[in-house]
Amino acid sequence: MNPFSSGNRLRDMIRAIRACKTAAEERAVVRKECAAIRAAINENDQGYRHRNLAKLMFIHMLGYPTHFGQMECLKLIASAGFPEKRIGYLGLMLLLDERQEVLMLVTNSLKQDLNHSNQYIVGLALCALGNISSAEMARDLAPDVERLLQFRDPNIRKKAALCSIRIIKKVPDLVENFMYPAASLLKEKHHGVLVTGVQLCTGLCKVSSEALEYFRENCTEGLVKTLRDIANSPYSPEYDVAGITDPFLHIRLLMLLRLLGQGDADASDCMTDILAQVASRTESNKNAGNAILYECVQTIMSIEDNGGLRVLAINILGRFLSNRDNNIRYVGLNMLMKAIVVEAKAVQRHRATILECVKDSDASIQKRALELVYLLVNESNVKPFTKELIEYLEVSDQEFKGDITAKICSLVEKFSPEKIWYIDQMLKVLSEAGNFVKDEVWHALIVVISNASDLHGYTVRALYRAFQASTEQESLVRVAVWCIGEYGDMLVNNVGMLDIEEPITVTESDAVDAIEVAIKHHRSDLTTKAMALIALFKLSSRFPACSERIKDIIFQNKQSLLLELQQRSIEFNCILQKYHNIRSALLERMPILDETTLRGRKDGSLPTAVSTSTIIPCDLPNGVAEPAAAPIGDLLDLSLDDVPPPISSCGDILQDLLAIDLSPASALSGTSHPPKAGTDVLLDLLSIGTLVPAETSPSALDISSSGQDNKAPLANSNGLASLPLLIADSPASSAGMMDLLDAFDPITQKLEENGPAYPSIVAYESRSLRMTFNFSKQPGNPRTTFILATFTNLSPNVYNDFLFQAAVPKFLQLHLDPASSSTLPASGDGSITQNLKVNNTQHGKKSLAMRIRIAYKTNNDDILEEGKINNFPRDL
Amino acid sequence: MSVIHFVLLISRQGKVRLTKWYSTYSKKERTKVIRELSGVILTRGPKLCNFVEWRGLKVVYKRYASLYFCMCIDPDGNELEILEIIHHYVEVLDRYFGSVCELDLIYNFHKAYYILDEILISGEFQEPSKRSIVRSVAAQDSLVETAKEQTGSISNILAQAAK
Repeated sequence: MNPFSSGNRLRDMIRAIRACKTAAEERAVVRKECAAIRAAINENDQGYRHRNLAKLMFIHMLGYPTHFGQMECLKLIASAGFPEKRIGYLGLMLLLDERQEVLMLVTNSLKQDLNHSNQYIVGLALCALGNISSAEMARDLAPDVERLLQFRDPNIRKKAALCSIRIIKKVPDLVENFMYPAASLLKEKHHGVLVTGVQLCTGLCKVSSEALEYFRENCTEGLVKTLRDIANSPYSPEYDVAGITDPFLHIRLLMLLRLLGQGDADASDCMTDILAQVASRTESNKNAGNAILYECVQTIMSIEDNGGLRVLAINILGRFLSNRDNNIRYVGLNMLMKAIVVEAKAVQRHRATILECVKDSDASIQKRALELVYLLVNESNVKPFTKELIEYLEVSDQEFKGDITAKICSLVEKFSPEKIWYIDQMLKVLSEAGNFVKDEVWHALIVVISNASDLHGYTVRALYRAFQASTEQESLVRVAVWCIGEYGDMLVNNVGMLDIEEPITVTESDAVDAIEVAIKHHRSDLTTKAMALIALFKLSSRFPACSERIKDIIFQNKQSLLLELQQRSIEFNCILQKYHNIRSALLERMPILDETTLRGRKDGSLPTAVSTSTIIPCDLPNGVAEPAAAPIGDLLDLSLDDVPPPISSCGDILQDLLAIDLSPASALSGTSHPPKAGTDVLLDLLSIGTLVPAETSPSALDISSSGQDNKAPLANSNGLASLPLLIADSPASSAGMMDLLDAFDPITQKLEENGPAYPSIVAYESRSLRMTFNFSKQPGNPRTTFILATFTNLSPNVYNDFLFQAAVPKFLQLHLDPASSSTLPASGDGSITQNLKVNNTQHGKKSLAMRIRIAYKTNNDDILEEGKINNFPRDL
Repeated sequence: MSVIHFVLLISRQGKVRLTKWYSTYSKKERTKVIRELSGVILTRGPKLCNFVEWRGLKVVYKRYASLYFCMCIDPDGNELEILEIIHHYVEVLDRYFGSVCELDLIYNFHKAYYILDEILISGEFQEPSKRSIVRSVAAQDSLVETAKEQTGSISNILAQAAK
């Protein structure tokens, strides 16, 4: 006998392993055993093969590698005796999975065993095949399994049924072979066969609509009867669970009926009575009964509507919610999530209970309940719900705070009835869990604040108070710092006091103190510090008295190890010292941030075209405007005539400054984005529109086609001044902004009155589309031509997502306003108009020329038309 | 009805007592799943619900003495029924071993697998009758015993013949 394999028995090995005190000892024992087993394998020792495999399985469970034993399984399976086969199949299922190629070698043995005269060996083979068969094996052995569905012993029939489920999942085109045998299993009396037969039919229905039709047609009534029989059956000890006969069969029948009833009124009708019976008569004091009720509710909610039944189902869920057992409450919540889609009103009735579940001590239940609450909230109940949730936020566990915060923010944003309420709630969330608030959420808050001009004073004071109370929440600090920087004067002078406010006395130096705290706080990160620095810079013009102190604080950062801060500190310092004259203009309040862009971005409904402009780098004559500073000035619309915006990569800091995320914007610009300057995206974000630089390369289009929404940014370049000025058409524009615009508004108006001085042309015509141009000029400015483009649809189909783009040679500058619509009705039944403005720098020498591209969707096809326009009237 | 992706038996100390995989998981994934889940389940308080949402799936677990029985199902499966299936399994083990304890399942781990194979195949439910399960396992056990006796007697005969 082999000295290695004789070893000890399985029991001895397990005992030895259990006796190990350390992991190292255990490894040693296992290593020794494995060595012995390997030796035995090499010797091809047959006597102890099954014992060795059993040992290997134990070692495998402990997590050690056992791949060297795989072939032993095959040998054992191939041997004649039942004991060897039994352990061999167990090893096969434990040590191998369907992806191992060794598995293919076992197909032949399986085939033989499926046809074995010993039914237990057939059972072993079916079980192994059902648990780990690959698609190839399934295909090879399907006929044998199919035959076994009619085997005399029910224990084989039920195993064959489950094995068939695996086969049709692996090879769906075998469905047809199994449909009829499966249907005949439904007539069986043996519970094991019946329950597996029902599962096989369910599996078939899931894989094939043909099977579903077949079973719906032929088996619905039979299944309803079976369910009725089992539901009404007297006590039977063999299948009894807590007073119910075979809940497993109940549940599986309900599941199959659900599939059959879904989307079919007749089948649904057929099962109504029995579902009502199960729903109303099943005992609900034990888990087994509740499991059936749960399944029954799910079926009722899925099949075609029968008003009475659904009310019954929702009431069952209501009872679940008030159950003391956590498990039952959990499934109740889970099911209500699905029910809310079909029966929202009925679910609303339980909202108080659901809200209670958010506060449960069980994380699984909390999570479910919170998701359900999220679905329950609407305009009418957002206030009480938010109040409850925020109150709970204060006491909830740390791990759960992130979830709740995200949900509250989303709800408040979605359903807020008025701005002041939104701001109030957000401030509460920021003070309570600001560290959990995502960037885009506080960015959005700043946009809203910026738009609520009558609340600026109120907001900045509220933020100041919150900031005084705690500086631990980073995003609160950021929003506070930004607002103090922008609206610091309102804070100090108590501007725009609301009745609900308590008066507060803040001196200029208090406000500067607050920012100083933020900039020096050890927890503040780069973004916060940079925002604080900019806020200080802004305050220097708002609070002239404090400007020396501010200068000192800013100057302290010139030694910062963070490049951003250092650079900003030096630049700001330079401006503060040398350029008093421009400072106040430079540090104007931010123009109102654009809400529509933000919302559009959020919904993902923003048109794909984005304003694209190239800004030509220029020498900076006075050295003031270093990369970051210049765009800031630019954004603030400062009138430095000689400083055109340079290309800069100032993205990061500006982004933070403006509290808007750059990345989504760049992602949206599907069109080509030539030299990307931080500014153009920012301008877009700010809805200031697009600047048309003095020289435009042909590729540089200015397409500000924000499509559908009329509130979209309207950009206009001013041909008179060398620096483009901004025109925003937001009705809520602040006064400061409007001042700048006033000068130009009349001009735009006048344009309308001017009749066309030049003949209209058909600029482009294809089989499907016509575009005409009407021209007009402004008296005294012969270089600039205003073009009204009119698009007409010549096809019988509607065009959607209509987008017009144009490019001009270098000597021209082109500006496009948004189109009147993005939808072009069919057959000339309406049109889209769009204003273009062309500035001809070579007026009198060269005439206009243009390349165009028109993109739209029709019948879900993307169409792109391109053309060149050469027939412009001369002298334009 | 819920297809079961895998069954785990984990002791309170985090030792694996049984693993059965009905869906495909690589060896690496299996180790990771076991580690992750034992971390989550063993630390849950006694009064919490028996369901854990995990990687888009649901794990239903129940503790019996020192052992946690865990089954993983799809998120839309019937969790309450899985609790019944776990209990069904435990009751069969109890009948088979006669008030089963963890040690039974350690030293006779292969028996625990044989019994499970009579309850589940391919993650689907096989037999609601406990009696029939025990009977089937016992019948196969006696087949093994008979075979052993036979080989025993044959080797005896051979050994005597060799003398």
